This record gives sequence, structure tokens and C-alpha cells, in this order.
Amino acid sequence: MGAQKKGGGARVSEDAVEQSRQRLQAILLADSFATKFRPVTLERPKVLLPIVNVPMIDYTLAWLESAGIEEVFVFCCAHSMQVIEYLEKSEWYSHPNLLVRTIESHKSISAGDALRYMYEQQTETSQIQGDFVLVSGDTVSNMPLADLIKEHRERKKKDEKAIMTMVIKQSKSSPLTHQSRLGTDQLFIAVDPLTKQLLHYEEDKVDHPSGSVCLEKSLLDTNPSVLVCNDMQDCYIDICSPEVLSLFEDNFDYQHLRRHFVKGVLVDDIMGYKIFTHEIHSSYAGRIDNFRSYDTVSKDIIQRWTYPYVPDINFSGNRPLKLGRQGIYRASDVVQSRSADVGTSTVIGYGTKIGNGDKISNSVIGNGCSIGSNVVIEGSYIWNNVTIEDGCEIRNAIVCDGVKIRAGAVLQPGVVLSFNVVVGRDFVVPAYSKVSLLQQPTTEDSDEELEYADSSSGTADHLSGLNLQMESKASELGPDGAGYIWEACEGAHDEEWKHSVAPIPKDKLSEITQAIDDDDTDDESVVPASGELKSDADSINTDVNDPNDDYYYFEKEVEGTVLRAVEENIKVDLVTLEINGLRLSYNMESADCAGATFYSMIKLAVDTPHNSASELYKNAASIITKWKELLGFYVKKIDEQIEVIMKFEEMCQESPKELGPLFTQILHLLYDKDVLQEDAVLRWAEEKAGADEADKVYLKQCETFIQWLKEASEEEDEDDEDEEEDD
Amino acid sequence: MDFQVVILAGGFSSNLVPLVSKEVPKALLPVANRPVLSYVLDLLESNNLKDLIVVVEGEDAALKVGGWISSACVDRLHVEVAAVAENVGTAGALRAIAHHLTAKDILIVSGDIVSDIPPGAVAATHRRHDAAVTVMLCAQPVSGPSESGGSGGKDKTKKPACDDIIGLDSLKQFLLYIAKGAEIKKDTRVKKSILCAAGKMEIRSDLMDSHIYAFKRSVLQEVLDQKPAFRSLKEDVLPYLVRTQLRSEIFSDQNNVEENGNGNGKNNMQNNEVVLSQILSNASLPSFHQVYESGLDSRKTHKCCVYIADESKYFVRLNSIQAFMDVNRDVIGDANHLSGYSFSAHHNIVHPSAELGSKTTVGPHCMLGEGSQVGDKCSVKRSVIGRHCRIGSNVKIVNSVVMDHATIGDGCSIQGSVICSNAQLQERVTLRDCQVEAGYVVCAGSEHKGETFARK
Repeated sequence: MGAQKKGGGARVSEDAVEQSRQRLQAILLADSFATKFRPVTLERPKVLLPIVNVPMIDYTLAWLESAGIEEVFVFCCAHSMQVIEYLEKSEWYSHPNLLVRTIESHKSISAGDALRYMYEQQTETSQIQGDFVLVSGDTVSNMPLADLIKEHRERKKKDEKAIMTMVIKQSKSSPLTHQSRLGTDQLFIAVDPLTKQLLHYEEDKVDHPSGSVCLEKSLLDTNPSVLVCNDMQDCYIDICSPEVLSLFEDNFDYQHLRRHFVKGVLVDDIMGYKIFTHEIHSSYAGRIDNFRSYDTVSKDIIQRWTYPYVPDINFSGNRPLKLGRQGIYRASDVVQSRSADVGTSTVIGYGTKIGNGDKISNSVIGNGCSIGSNVVIEGSYIWNNVTIEDGCEIRNAIVCDGVKIRAGAVLQPGVVLSFNVVVGRDFVVPAYSKVSLLQQPTTEDSDEELEYADSSSGTADHLSGLNLQMESKASELGPDGAGYIWEACEGAHDEEWKHSVAPIPKDKLSEITQAIDDDDTDDESVVPASGELKSDADSINTDVNDPNDDYYYFEKEVEGTVLRAVEENIKVDLVTLEINGLRLSYNMESADCAGATFYSMIKLAVDTPHNSASELYKNAASIITKWKELLGFYVKKIDEQIEVIMKFEEMCQESPKELGPLFTQILHLLYDKDVLQEDAVLRWAEEKAGADEADKVYLKQCETFIQWLKEASEEEDEDDEDEEEDD
Repeated sequence: MDFQVVILAGGFSSNLVPLVSKEVPKALLPVANRPVLSYVLDLLESNNLKDLIVVVEGEDAALKVGGWISSACVDRLHVEVAAVAENVGTAGALRAIAHHLTAKDILIVSGDIVSDIPPGAVAATHRRHDAAVTVMLCAQPVSGPSESGGSGGKDKTKKPACDDIIGLDSLKQFLLYIAKGAEIKKDTRVKKSILCAAGKMEIRSDLMDSHIYAFKRSVLQEVLDQKPAFRSLKEDVLPYLVRTQLRSEIFSDQNNVEENGNGNGKNNMQNNEVVLSQILSNASLPSFHQVYESGLDSRKTHKCCVYIADESKYFVRLNSIQAFMDVNRDVIGDANHLSGYSFSAHHNIVHPSAELGSKTTVGPHCMLGEGSQVGDKCSVKRSVIGRHCRIGSNVKIVNSVVMDHATIGDGCSIQGSVICSNAQLQERVTLRDCQVEAGYVVCAGSEHKGETFARK
């Protein structure tokens, strides 16, 4: 079987070579730059974690090799020593068709950093020559790449700007949990149905669900037809042109391949670069991104979707298992008691002993495990050299190498036991708990250090030391256990069930259904009940930035601010600060502020309950007295004062019954409180003198006041004459 | 077929002033010398839809339209004419005639359509899916009149592309999203819930709503009753139905009534069985509506379907003066199969009773009505001339419509203009892109461009 596969691979690569003299190269990121697999990844890099008893990286390398890739750069970051050691020991270093090179960098904390590092290296030794395949080391796939690379190159020839081809695969996400069966968040992509160009990429963060996907207007202007998909899953397999590396170099803030790079290219429209998609239909591609995808991909492997990368075929130096009926893979030297019941879709590795009365189904058990009697294992992943004593119950759990589970212990669904943990006798590990011998790091920084510190020191010794230390202490896992139960990170606790290996419990499902119902009703209330699509005339009115409209909103805001200020007794400086902010954001004049502030104050007075005109006057007087400083701040100039008077007049005209009679009184008050200067009042009177009769109602009302003002001013100017005139 | 057809014929459309008048409501505007309404009636008749209600805004207009219908086709079709108040909107008009509606499904057709798209196909699609509403979509014309919506017709400055934004499912059967042209100014927001349910949505901006709808009567009446604020079918009722298709509110009251029929209010149990039996019999894959409904308790859905007309089909709505010109030109030109006339070898129609002077030429794509007289040395190109028109000598008529009984003096030159009936052009008038109201007299020797002549 292996030979046949290799033959296929060679043919494919020949085709590709005909296409172009370039070597087919791939960058394999042997670090996911995520913490989803903690605490397991604190002790071993993710790419070396076994999936169906074979390290993940072997699946990726085997696939790349058979797909005709000739040179792979394995980019190692966390635990780089372990990865390199593993590769050196494995057959990959001496593989005839695939040249494996490792690149080590400890500084990179994201895929973006890694690619930038690659770019820098490249200028020294010119490693990447042309288009390359970018994958992460946790990809399980059997898709052919040659045609895809050919397609990418041809497109690139026609269109210089087509720098990347992204592989997508159909996988309908559940409308309930907003996540795909691989446990990733809902993904919304928009694709041009003809050219397959990617137009929009949006990952749904369940924490911030917004009810709708927003497509930019320009998108629809340029494309008569846009396909918005929700049933696609991003395989994180990209065919990239060298420009991708330089883009990462140019945009040093790009960290995440999708969130930053793809979004950046799509939204910021960098140099008009384009990304295209390629949908695979018959072949398999999946990325192990979290515990749920670990579970899903494992099952896919057992059910042979990933053929030829299945347990009964040697594809990377693994010892093939024997496939029996009902999808049971069993190593030849398994010691199994007659009374043990091994159910469907189960894998049992070499040197494993299975005791009396065990019930095992839908599980993977690694090499060298010893399982006692009457143990129940369902939907779980037991790695190598695990000891399970009699009467344990294990459901939907991941149990790492060297773990000891003492008699009668129970692992509830979703439990992850990291390396060498010991579960005490009859101890029940609560659902979704993650247990490790290492203590949970408290801050992000120490976190990173931890992972790297491990990589440099001898892990085994270090751990055994720790182990002893642990055993001497009282453990969180029963008196004779060892290990710390990790607290879920803040806020992540609710999410635990989403990414766990355990199936989603029923009550969670109904909870989400409820939440969706609420969401929907929320949506409904936001959308106006009628006239959602207004007629053209209406929408034009609202679209045009009407200055009057702006002023209206500004006035409303000021009113709100003043009201709050009065209610909460906020200091004048703070209120002015706030109103100034409004003024800037609405692009208003200082006079507008004066008008609006005054308006809000009078409105407040009117709105305060009152029985008679005199009470209203009292209200107004008290407010004006109290807040005259605020008003004073805006009415420093004569123009602004006139604006206030005009505004007042306007208000009086609007409610002539209530405010009208008080016009003079309040005007006088404003004058008394030094809010208005006499010049302003007089100038207003002059301006108004020429107006229509109807407009002069209030001018007439305060004629005596103005007369008095005039006289007063003359009094000041020419004291003597004034007196004479008075006589 | 248990389909009732409602033709919304409008009244005196303000977009079409001065072509429309008290005498000539919109439905009776001549297209190649036949009222535009006759095209709709012919289309429906050819699809064997003969039970029609013509809704006209305004009593006067209704009388006119009724008069024409009784003279023209009373023997062939069963037509009722109903008058509704003016400016009630399309939804208001339907509300007003609700008591006339009895059939299980209602086909609603705009009365100003000149098209060869079979409405029967819409009805069939509607029935096949047991849909709440089925909308007919057609390809947006690349140029020419593309203003859709009664109110949007007047601004020709708006760029023609992008009128409706329409979201379809992957099989192009269901309508998942609709937004009107004006909304395109903003970014398009698509609800995630519907996307999740359907998986894929194709958003098209090259389709337009053709104003032919099939509604389930119960749904239509329910919506009209529950939402008294809805005025327009296209702008209110249809978006509402599309928006709520995954959590239908319309059937809530009718559960018990319709449970026994083959209606919509099946309870969940039954529905699961339906889905299951469908899967088993492999008759067809369950639509996402059914899957969605069965997946969640207490959910009701309704289907909004589309029928997409073939691109080769002709479709224009007569809702602007530009559209009027285009329709007249097309019906005697490229889309002449619609006119119902047989064309001469010169691709034109000259009524045998028309009189042509010497050295007068009538080019292809022209029409000369019954009893019209054309003087000497005239040239008529790509124009429609009505009945009993009197046209002097040395007259040039290009790309224009001259309605019945118009008089055109010697030496006139008319381009791209509309001369309504009984209008008179005195000698040597030059018009370009003008509209002359019925009965108006244009003085001799004047020269005009892009003007509208109407008595105040």
C-alpha cells in the first residue's frame, strides 16, 4: 500500500516540475501559537501529541510528501528541542523525496512573527524560491496539492495580485452552538461565485455576537453576485506566493494568519492584492485546533476518511495495527481478557493489556497501557503507558502518557489529564477539569517562560522531580493522587464545554436555544416594525447631512447633559468639558452651545412641575442662578448673548402661554445675573426693530426694560445730562 | 387554477405627468397604440389566468379603466374593476379590496408591466413550494429604465445599476434577503441566523424585483391585518415576510384552523414525520426551512420563494417618461413579438387607412395608426404615431411618440419627444426631448429642448 502511494506521489511531483522548475516547498508551523491544548502543551509541543497513536506532525509530513512537496521547513518555536529531536530520530530526516529542514526561533510568539523570521532568514540563504504551501503541523489531510499549486500559479501568471489560495471545505456549522464540528467558531466568508475570489472573511466570536454580517457597499458595486457562505470551514492550508512573506515583513503588526493577514488584505486593500479560495470536495482536510477537533479528527481517522493515513497503514514509520470488524484496530500483541468487551471504532496499541470485564468503545488506547478489571472506557483517548486500575470509569476524557488512575476513580466527561498525573483511589474528577503536575501559571508572561523553560531543560528529569515533590504533598486528586486541577481562565469557563472532547450536554443545548430565541426577539425590536425599507424620498432626507438635523441632535445631547448635571449635581467645569466635547463632535459654534445650553435650562424649568407663572419663574430663576457660570462660559461675546436672547424668543413663541408672559422677567434676571450685558440686549432690540409686527411681540413686551437699559447706559455715560432729562 | 389575480393599475402617476391626465390614467397610456394594461391582460390570458381584479386608484380613473376593459375584453376575461382611495399604497389597496379575495393564492401583478415572462410560472413555483410568498425576479437591464419602485422613478440621476439587493439560497429557490436600492448607500447587513440556517446565500445586485408576486391569501391578509402601518407590498410586506421567515408569526393564530388542511400550522410532531418521510422516500431533500423547523422546538417557518425569469425575456415597467419612450421603441422594435401586430417587410406597421404624402418615408421600427395623414417629404424613424393624426409636410419625427388626434404643422422637427393626444404643434416647431400635454398648442416657429408643456 505504501509503495503504491509513493508512486502516486512521484507522478504528481513530476507533473509539477514540468509546470515549473521550482522546487515545491512548504512551511510547516510546528507551533499553533495558541493555548488551547494547555496544560498538555506545557510538557510536550502540540505537533508531537499523538492522534490515534501517531504524532500529529507525522500526518502532516506524510501528506506533504505524498502530495509532491520536495522541501519542508519545519518552524519550531515552543519546545523546539523536542521537535527537532523527534525529527532527527524519525525517518523524515533521511527521506528520499522530502527534504526536511528545521528552523528554530524562540522569539516568535505568533504565526506572523514566524513568517517574518522566515523572511529574514530567506534573505540570507534564499530558502523560499517561489510559491509555497503554508500549513501548521497539526493538519491532517489527504488532499492532492499539485493541481492546486498549478491552479495558483496559473492564476498568478494572469493576475499578479493573486498572492494566496486558501483551501476551504464544506462543514456546516451548527446553528445552535455557532461552531463547526471541529470546534472552531462560526465562519462567514464571501466569495465571488465565478472567480472564487475571497471577498469577506469574518470569524464569529461567540462572546461578541452581532446579529448580522456586514458587507461593504463597494463589494456589491463591483460584484453583481456575491456568495456568502456559512457552511465552509477554513482548512488553514494556504498556497502562498513569496509576496505573502514580504507582506508580513512590511506589516509588522500582523500576528494571526487570518485575523490580521487575511483581514488586512481584504479590508485595507493593500496594493490590490487578492486572495482566492479553493474548495475541496472529495478529499479530507482538518486542523486540530482544540480538544473538540482532536476528538473529531480522531474519529475521522478511525473511520478512514483520511485514507491512506489510517492506523492499519504504515505511513511514517508507525507500526500498523490490524483492522478487525466494526472498525476495531488492534495491535498483534494485545493481551485481552476473554470477558472484555471491546466495542466499535476502537484502537488498541502495542503491548496493552486489557483486564476482565472491561467495556471499551469509541476510544483510542495507546501503547503499553495496562487496564485493570471492570473498567469502563467510552469515547476517550488514552495515550501511552497509562495504568488504569480496577473499576475505573472513564468517559470522554483525554489521558496523557504515564498517567495512573487508581482503582475506583471516575473521570467525568471532558476531563484532560496531563502527563504523569495520578488520580487517587475512588476520586471523582469533575467534568471539564484539566489536571497537570505543573501548577497553573498565574500571568501571561510566566506562561510563555514556562513553555520555553521546559524545552531547554531535560523534561523527563524535571518532571520526575516534580512528580516526587507532588506525591509528598497532599494532592488535589485524592490522598494518593498527584496533580493540580487547573482553574479555567477567567471568562473561559462557560466555553469549556464547547471545546472539550465531550459531546455538548443537552442542558447546554437547550440553554443556547433559549438564548437564540432571546436574540431573535432582540433583533426584532431593533428593526422598526414597519417601513424598514423607506421610500427613496425619505432615505434621501436622512442620508443627506442636514445641518438643521445636526443641530437638533446636538441640542438633544446638550439637553441630556445639562439634565444629568442638574440631577447629579456635577461640577460646572466637567459639564463645560462635556459640552465642549459635543461641540467639537457636532462641529458647532460657541454661540450654538450658548443657545442649546440656555434652551436646556429653560426647558428644565418648564418641565419641573409648577402651578402658576410665578412658580415657573422661580424655577427658572433658581436654575439660572445655580448654573449661570455654565451659561456664562459660553456667552462671553455679544453675539453669543444675542443668540441666547433669540433662542429664548423662539422658545417663547413655541409655548406662548407658559413662557410668553415671563419673557421680560427672565430677561431681566439674566441681565441681573450678568449673563447678558446691556449691549447685547440693546443690539437685539435694534436688530428686531426692523422685523415684522408678529415678530415684535416680545420686543414690545420688554420695551420698558429696554428703555430702562437705554436710560441706564446714558446715565453712566453722561451723568449730568441724564439727570436733567429725567427731570 | 385556484388563483386570483390582482392587477394594481395605479391611478394618475405623478412620475408620468404630463403624459397622464384626467382623461388618461396610467393604465391606459398607449404603448404602440394599445393601452399598457392590455399587455398585462394579454399576458395573463395567455397563461390561462382569467379571474382578474383590476385595482385602480381614484374613482374617476376607475371609471375610465372600467370603460376600456368592458369595451375591450369583457368577453374573454372575467374582470372586476375596484376603485380605492388615492395614495393608499399597494398594501393599502389590497387591504381595501381584501373582501374580494377568496382564492387560496393570490397573484399580484403591477398594471404597468410590458413583458413576456409567464406569470403562470410564478404561480407554479409558488404552488410547488407551498410558499407564503413567491417573488418574480428578472435580470436588471443593462441600460435604459431601471428605476424600480413607484417612488423611485423620477430621479434619473441615480446610477442605473444596483437597485435591489437580493439574497438567494444555493439552489436559487428561496428568497433570504431583500433590500431596496436606496439602502445600498449603506453597507449590506445580512442576518446571521438565516445564513446559518441556509448555509450559503448568494447576494445578487444584478436582479430586480419585477413586481409580480404570488401570495398565500391567508398570509397576506394576516399581515395586512396585523400591521396596519404597512403601506407598500415591496417595501413593507415583502421585507417583513422575508425577515421573519425563520420565526414566522403569521400562522400563530391559525394553528387550529389550518391544522386539518394542507396548510402551514402543523405541529412539530407532524412536521418531523413529514421531513422523515421525505428523506425516506428520497423524494427531495428537505429544505433548510423544514430542517430548521424540526431542529428547534416551537419554531414555525414560512417560505419565501423566487422565480427567476430567463435573461432573454423582455421586461419593463412603465413607471417613468423614459420608460414610456423605451417601451414604445422596444415594442415596435426589438421586442415586437409583444405588440401583437404583424409587421410589414420593412419592419414597420402602416395601417392601410393611413395616408402618406409623396416622398414621405416611414423607416423600420415605426408605427402609423389608423386614419393618420402624413404630408409630403416627411421622414418618420423609430416612432409611434397614433390614430387620426394630421402631420403636415416636411416634418421629421425621430424616436418619438405621437398619440391619437395630434396635429403637427409643416416643417416641424421632433426628436425624442412625446406628443399627447389632441396636442397641436404649429408650423416649424422644433422639439427635442420634450413632452407635450394633451390638447396643448405649441406656437409656430418655437424651438425647445428638454421641456415639458402643460397647462397649469
